Amino acid sequence: MENFDFTLIDWSRAQFALTALYHWLFVPLTLGITFILAIMETIYYKTGNPEWKKITKFWMTLFGINFAIGVATGIILEFEFGTNWSNYSWFVGDIFGAPLAIEGIMAFFMESTFIAIMFFGWNKVSKGFHLTATWLTAIGSNLSALWILVANGWMQNPIGMIFNPDTARNEMVDFWAILFSPTAINKFLHTIFSSYILAAIFVIGISAWYLLKKREVILAKKSILIASVFGLIFTIMTVFTGDESAREIATSQPMKFAAMEGMYHGSSNAPLIAAGILKDDPTVENPKKQDFFFELKIPSALSYMAFLDANAFVPGIYDLVHGNEDQEIMSYYEKIERGTVARNALSDYKLAKKSEDKILADSLRANFEDEEWMNSNFKYFGYSYFDDPHDIIPNVPISFYSFHIMVVLGGHFGILFLGMLFFSLKNKLENKRWLLWVALWTMPLAYLASESGWIIAEMGRQPWVIQDLMPTMTAVSNIDSTSVIITFWLFFAVFTALLIAEIKIMLKQIKIGPNEGGH
Amino acid sequence: MLIFKKIFNFYYTGFKEMNIGKQLWIIILIKLFIMFAILKLFFFPNFLKSKFETDEERSDYVIEQLTNPK
Repeated sequence: MENFDFTLIDWSRAQFALTALYHWLFVPLTLGITFILAIMETIYYKTGNPEWKKITKFWMTLFGINFAIGVATGIILEFEFGTNWSNYSWFVGDIFGAPLAIEGIMAFFMESTFIAIMFFGWNKVSKGFHLTATWLTAIGSNLSALWILVANGWMQNPIGMIFNPDTARNEMVDFWAILFSPTAINKFLHTIFSSYILAAIFVIGISAWYLLKKREVILAKKSILIASVFGLIFTIMTVFTGDESAREIATSQPMKFAAMEGMYHGSSNAPLIAAGILKDDPTVENPKKQDFFFELKIPSALSYMAFLDANAFVPGIYDLVHGNEDQEIMSYYEKIERGTVARNALSDYKLAKKSEDKILADSLRANFEDEEWMNSNFKYFGYSYFDDPHDIIPNVPISFYSFHIMVVLGGHFGILFLGMLFFSLKNKLENKRWLLWVALWTMPLAYLASESGWIIAEMGRQPWVIQDLMPTMTAVSNIDSTSVIITFWLFFAVFTALLIAEIKIMLKQIKIGPNEGGH
Repeated sequence: MLIFKKIFNFYYTGFKEMNIGKQLWIIILIKLFIMFAILKLFFFPNFLKSKFETDEERSDYVIEQLTNPK
């Protein structure tokens, strides 16, 4: 551990987090609002009512602003892979490259082509063709997200590859296993469905503002009706995919699962902390019972959520670090030893090749082709860099709070959609000014929940950049930390300027409203 | 040829008739310039590509980094 430059590692992580968090301010709205637009335009296509065309065009303009400001912000992440994270980029080989290449091609051909028809094609192409372009834009943007999330899913649960000790690269052997990995599928569905919620809240929030201002009443009411139904459906879907994701995490990333619940000691019939405030952060050497200033528990719910069995044992942080023989949980100490065997084998293989000791090199190489040896040792390769179990535990308060903020806000969104739908159907929305204010102020909360989801996904899996195989500290390039610090602040300036531009242009366009505002 | 002319006209009139889109395109172009002409060029060289000639050298370097991190 003392060999690593933690100034470089921390600034590289901070830069990546900054870029990813800013990028994610733009993406979820694009993923969701394109489908809302497609639904609105479908109603226009079916009814021929010009009001729906006006509504569609208005939301399309806001989508266009978000898309224009956000487009290509993700490319910076790819710059960072090549410069700051070169060991990682090399180690992942074609597994990360292939999905990103597909994403690039798909984004370019599908989104770019059909977005042009969406914006320029009114009255120039047939109504049916325009509608098809709108649907394909929605599908295309979501398929782009699929490939990114497949790559991310592989980092959380690496499968479908073999490690080549000659090149130090992982090579894809089963594309379909990577694409249809439960981690990737759950991550994709949970991410896009929660993005649909954010888009629905965006539409409802702006419509609520119009109703509060007694402007654009028809547009606002119709938009709220569509968005609240859309939001409600995908809140339910998000609950289901979140539940599936939790089960997946409990199996493939049990430490993240324990940190999400602030659970130091595992138990059978483990309760779910529905809400709580952590009192302290006990260490592994000095473990205490999990301690909360305030906690709202649901008995046995965590066991059921993790393993569909209320009596199941859910391991805590302490069980994972020290192991638990009764529950057949291997300790981190043992994993460190096994990972060290794998790392030494790689090191010895390299030396044997260098000294042209073919017999030794062949026997060492055989290990990397032996599935049993790989599962017993190489599977824990990343643990070899640690000697203190503290360093393999993610930040528990960040994991706990980001997870609970996401879940609690998810509940709030569901209730809001129900309320908006109920009063919308009763045609009493305009009288419920308190609800309209709640809807308006829920807009930033939707972004908070969405970012919290990424924080738990990425901070909860620390210290791994690739689960169990590569810790963050070995993934970084051996570069000068000063350059990373400079580019961190450059990005901060560029992204903040973009965000300010987006908010200003968006607010201006909302104030103009649908009548004068064109594309 | 007619189809290409139609496509050209489609985009040409589309861009010409843009309202807020013009402002957005300016932002996109400035952003792309900053990203590719400044950030990528001066601050984000590909570390392994710029340091080594061949994939073999890159592999050796990464294996060294992984087995003997400094």
